[in-house]
Amino acid sequence: MLKDSDRIFTNLYGQDDWRLEGARRRGDWDGTKEIIAKGREWIVEEVKSSGLRGRGGAGFPSGLKWSFMPKEPTGRPHYLVVNADEGEPGTCKDRDMMRNDPHKLVEGCLLAGFGMGANAAYIYIRGEFYREAENLQFAIDEAYDAGLIGKNACGSGYDFDVYVHRGAGAYICGEEMALIESLEGKKGMPRLKPPFPAAMGLYGCPTTVNNVETIAVAPTILRRGGAWFSSMGRENNTGTKVFCISGHVNNPCNVEEEMGIPLKDLIEKHAGGVIGGWDNLKAIIPGGSSVPILPKSTCDTVLMDFDSLKEVRSGLGTAAVIVMDQSTDVVAAIARLSKFYKHESCGQCTPCREGTGWMWRVMERLVVGDAEIDEIDTLLDVASQVEGHTICALGDAAAWPIQGLVRHFRHEIEDRINQRKHSAAA
Amino acid sequence: MAKLTIDDVEIEVPDGITVLQACEMAGVEIPRFCYHERLSVAGNCRMCLVEVAPGPPKPAASCALPVGDGMTVKTNSPMVKKAREGVMEFLLINHPLDCPICDQGGECDLQDQAMAYGVGNSRYDENKRAVRDKELGPLVKTEMTRCIHCTRCIRFATEVAGIEELGATGRGESMEVGTYVEKALTSELSANIIDLCPVGALTSKPYAFTARPWELTRTETIDVMDAVGSNIRVDSRGSEILRVLPVLNEDINEEWISDKTRYACDGLKRQRLDTPYVRREGALQAASWDEAFAAIADNVKDKDGSKIAAIAGDLVDCEAMMALSDLMDGLGSPHIDCRQDGAKLDAAVRGSYIFNTTIAGIEEADACLLVGTNPRIEAALVNARIRKRWLRGGFTVGAVGPRADLTYPHEYLGAGPQTLKELAEGSHAFCDVLRNAEKPLVIVGQGALARADGGKVLSAARKIADGCGLVSDGWNGFNVLHTAAGRVGGLDIGFVPGVDGLDVAGILEGAANGEIETVYLLGADEIDTSHLEKAFVIYQGHHGDAGAHCADVILPGAAYTEKNATYVNTEGRVQRAWRAVFPPGDAREDWTIIRALSDVLGKTLRYDDLAGVRRRMALQNAVFEIVGDLRESEWTKFGEMGVPNGDVFDTPVANFYMTDPISRASETMAACTKSMAKTTQEKTGTDG
Repeated sequence: MLKDSDRIFTNLYGQDDWRLEGARRRGDWDGTKEIIAKGREWIVEEVKSSGLRGRGGAGFPSGLKWSFMPKEPTGRPHYLVVNADEGEPGTCKDRDMMRNDPHKLVEGCLLAGFGMGANAAYIYIRGEFYREAENLQFAIDEAYDAGLIGKNACGSGYDFDVYVHRGAGAYICGEEMALIESLEGKKGMPRLKPPFPAAMGLYGCPTTVNNVETIAVAPTILRRGGAWFSSMGRENNTGTKVFCISGHVNNPCNVEEEMGIPLKDLIEKHAGGVIGGWDNLKAIIPGGSSVPILPKSTCDTVLMDFDSLKEVRSGLGTAAVIVMDQSTDVVAAIARLSKFYKHESCGQCTPCREGTGWMWRVMERLVVGDAEIDEIDTLLDVASQVEGHTICALGDAAAWPIQGLVRHFRHEIEDRINQRKHSAAA
Repeated sequence: MAKLTIDDVEIEVPDGITVLQACEMAGVEIPRFCYHERLSVAGNCRMCLVEVAPGPPKPAASCALPVGDGMTVKTNSPMVKKAREGVMEFLLINHPLDCPICDQGGECDLQDQAMAYGVGNSRYDENKRAVRDKELGPLVKTEMTRCIHCTRCIRFATEVAGIEELGATGRGESMEVGTYVEKALTSELSANIIDLCPVGALTSKPYAFTARPWELTRTETIDVMDAVGSNIRVDSRGSEILRVLPVLNEDINEEWISDKTRYACDGLKRQRLDTPYVRREGALQAASWDEAFAAIADNVKDKDGSKIAAIAGDLVDCEAMMALSDLMDGLGSPHIDCRQDGAKLDAAVRGSYIFNTTIAGIEEADACLLVGTNPRIEAALVNARIRKRWLRGGFTVGAVGPRADLTYPHEYLGAGPQTLKELAEGSHAFCDVLRNAEKPLVIVGQGALARADGGKVLSAARKIADGCGLVSDGWNGFNVLHTAAGRVGGLDIGFVPGVDGLDVAGILEGAANGEIETVYLLGADEIDTSHLEKAFVIYQGHHGDAGAHCADVILPGAAYTEKNATYVNTEGRVQRAWRAVFPPGDAREDWTIIRALSDVLGKTLRYDDLAGVRRRMALQNAVFEIVGDLRESEWTKFGEMGVPNGDVFDTPVANFYMTDPISRASETMAACTKSMAKTTQEKTGTDG
């Protein structure tokens, strides 16, 4: 279990003052100037050595990502864009960070921004997070007033601005390219890659898009050293992570834990266990709605990190653990997710636009068993025609839950179809 | 250069192109819907997926992927086949498959590619999507249920036409292409989206349910609705012209045409002169060719040449003007003119009346001055080229003359001669823009030349050209933009007043005061015919327009789609038009009418066939020896001494949709005129 002294988000639950004074008391903004004085190279190297992987879902090494930014000024502004459009069902970590510890993010913007040579940070916050945007803006204003950001940030001689932009509540705007489009005032539709944002991002300028958590942990890593961060967790899956535990548990919560904690431990220790006991567990979606569901047998032993979950053909995603006990109709649960993806598909590219609707309609029929057995294979085939054929990852995200469901609960679907046939015959 | 392997064949291609282009160079066909050479890459249809190594183990969209050295591309692997079948299946599940009642049938990309890459059966048993149709005006018919969301139309409107009126609303399955607030598209190029649409979602409204493509006879020819000389294909069935489509010509119209070029063709069926007429007892009566010629002979024979005059109209071909010029010469008349609007163009210096830079040359320019022109309505494709250049950046446009929305931002410098004077003197701030540019150009419109001080405007423009370095080695930035398809040809033929000859204004005045007794109007309708009441008027043309109304003898001629003829566009490019259908009734090709008349008048012309006329034209002016290509013009003195001092410049085109007898007779153009008036009129607040 994570030691309190190793905790990064010490005010995740909002028990302390979230404003500048409280943040300083907790150690934020401490020695920021000195960190900047160590230079860009040092910051990027330190983050690289910490092994920090992006916390938004894909798990791309953050230091490496930052190093893609141009080393020298290009004559155009460079941007850091913070993805605070937390829309993945089950995920609620960024929200608490911005509500209760906004200064971690603001300081992170400055340090990460300096590390990648950005001139400004845009925080694209989900529109529904109204209070969070308020707190964040308040924290930014405080930081400006205290001279921590803005001209000559922290007295370092570096100029850095931070802006908050509120989205309008589209899931797709959490995709980095769609987010950039939306930020530019266009319709939130993912752009094609290449060119990658580090070459041509916001307003055509070099840009890096990072998740809130990735940026918010950066100051602590830089203060305590990459070695400290990488000493936690397993190789290639280092550090701490905020897990969001929801569903059929006694105490749904956000909790910061060491990477690689066994899933069972996470739920038993922090969420008060599954309702009705561990044996009452049916399945868990371990990383937000996009990743494939896991049956109890896998949940018994699996570790919560990128590589372990990948081994069991799921993923860490945003580490949003959705727990379902035996009372759950898993088919209906996944059908609901299919409806979500159908609703949130941007409509730009063919497989996702047409495939998500098709999959949802078949899923709705599977819920009541109104189908033929071979339609399950057709559904899988359609899912495979969507997966990997689209511009962004939404197509994959729509296909994976269905693939996971069929992989682990095919018998349930078949039972339902057979049952309906029997009762119709009777 | 990058070396890559496409389907086991090694090929070397230039850096920076896409895999799709490389595949095309290798002769491998890649199916696509959203990709179009002239539009930005959208990458949304996913039909062009190929397998690429090195790369992630999933298919990549070849239209958006730049080539890399050492790349291996597979376009026929099982993965690619499966991906294409999958995408095709997705496109078809919500497509109505109403091909039998769809106008796109037979020329539909979706139909063709479904044949080539689709699976024969359907696995989709759910309900199909239905989408409400959108109203896009009198030209574009919509059937939005058929839309496959390739967004070509949106990209064309935004990028090429420069009107941000089309877009997509809604998300996912509910995404719909439309204008949001329903209204007609306000572009002169709007109907090109019909050609771009790969399915039957956008089809031609006037052509709806008229014919199937395989019933049509195709004739590639030249358009005369403006002076651009767009290359077109005329599709006809029997004696009827059913539609006009663009033909690719990189130097002129690329692959677009204006809405007038495309849709004025229904005017060829109305108001036609299909038999000769002779005025008897005050009324025009149908007559035979012999009677008509006899009536002319009665009037002209033994008349002194100085009392006869001829005016050639805007749509007249070079052969007819050559023949009439020779006939007038034979009759001893120096009074001929092809400049109906009185433009002060100097036929002696070719460089002073053509678009020297060339239309494609606009793309090389880095600064542009427009004088007395609104290219958007005078020559929509020239305007599209200017916009194309502007989109690339580093291009400043200044305008003297009418205020207009040109679809690209420009500096408005002033309304008339005063500004031009400052520019000519070099005291205007915009002169620095021109001087600092490497390849600056000036475009002088007919609005600045067709006026009393037009000659002075021309010399002022020349002064700008000289003073700001518009003409240098290998670059001529002096351009005259014409609106009449026959004008440059007329000037090249020399259809201008001879020694002591009268120009159009002089002819009209002479006709009014009795000095000119006979006026031969060769398709001339844009003149003040009230001056011609006293004169004996011969009208030769194809439409019963203004000229025919005041005529004493009417000789029915052929329209541009009905004759093998030569036209010279505003660049000075000699192009050949080909006959698609025969002229109606007794009407004949124009030069043959003049040739026959010359016989009757005893002034027989010395050529009997088309080749003979063309030899005569080449003898008259060597430019006619080269067809399709350009000949550089010398930069010599021209213009008129003095300072222009008239009123402000205005464009000669009041209504884009109606500029000549054909478009004035067109029902479609009338509908467009009405629709445009409705779209652009000011809202009063009480109109629903």
